[in-house]
Amino acid sequence: MDAMLHITTTHYLVLGAMLFLLGVIGVLTRRNVVIVLMSIELILNAVNLNLVAFSRLWGGLHGQVFAIFVITDAAAEAAVGLGILIAFFRNKETVNMDEVNLLKW
Amino acid sequence: MTPVATPFFFYLLSAIMLIGGVLVITRKNAVHSALALIVTLLAQAAIYLMLYAPFVAGVQIILYAGGIMVLFLFVIMLVNIDRTLKERQFNSQWLVGVVAATVLGGLLIAVYTRGREMFPEHAVGVAEGDNTQRIATMLYGPYMFAFEIASLLLLVAIIGAVVMAKKRI
Repeated sequence: MDAMLHITTTHYLVLGAMLFLLGVIGVLTRRNVVIVLMSIELILNAVNLNLVAFSRLWGGLHGQVFAIFVITDAAAEAAVGLGILIAFFRNKETVNMDEVNLLKW
Repeated sequence: MTPVATPFFFYLLSAIMLIGGVLVITRKNAVHSALALIVTLLAQAAIYLMLYAPFVAGVQIILYAGGIMVLFLFVIMLVNIDRTLKERQFNSQWLVGVVAATVLGGLLIAVYTRGREMFPEHAVGVAEGDNTQRIATMLYGPYMFAFEIASLLLLVAIIGAVVMAKKRI
């Protein structure tokens, strides 16, 4: 009971792990490219949660600065990914992941 | 200021985040997924506040919930076709997904239960109030080079997005 009521770093890490797993399941099983990109955002958020939790644990700010860099990367990734999605939709009139097989041997 | 009712808010926000995450990966309509993701991101911003990271919480709301999600919604409206709602939503790899998630989850739980004694018992006390100032000092001090690289990365991303999305250059 004490472990439930006293919130430690491990609680935040477990929450981050759960979010990470949800993102992994989304990436592996969904067909819609937009939702796959959103699942990648879930994964990046889980990583950010871990970084900020460790930053709180050790008292420094390096984790928070790193979380800000990860958010920057997420913005760049979303912009380029959605640009690719638009180009793909223009060519094939679909947003399904498993129909992207032009490079498949 | 000492936080009040930390366990209650932690479990409340965790429940909101996880329900939002499940909705993101199960909804048929991409717009519903995006709205659920916004709820998850806002709850996560509140969790950042509980972790004494007000600047990251603000960046999360402004950049993620305000910037990236609007981009997502625009693209959903550009490529949304009613035909996709009637199609199969999951590919044939759901078994692989479940196995991968189980293995990863087991691994993470094992690491956390074994590595718990590596963490200090109590978190180090942090100074409140000058969080933003200290982050700025670090960004322009030891992380100067990474900061400049990030600006270059954003420039490349802008050019890449325009090149990808434009019909003819």
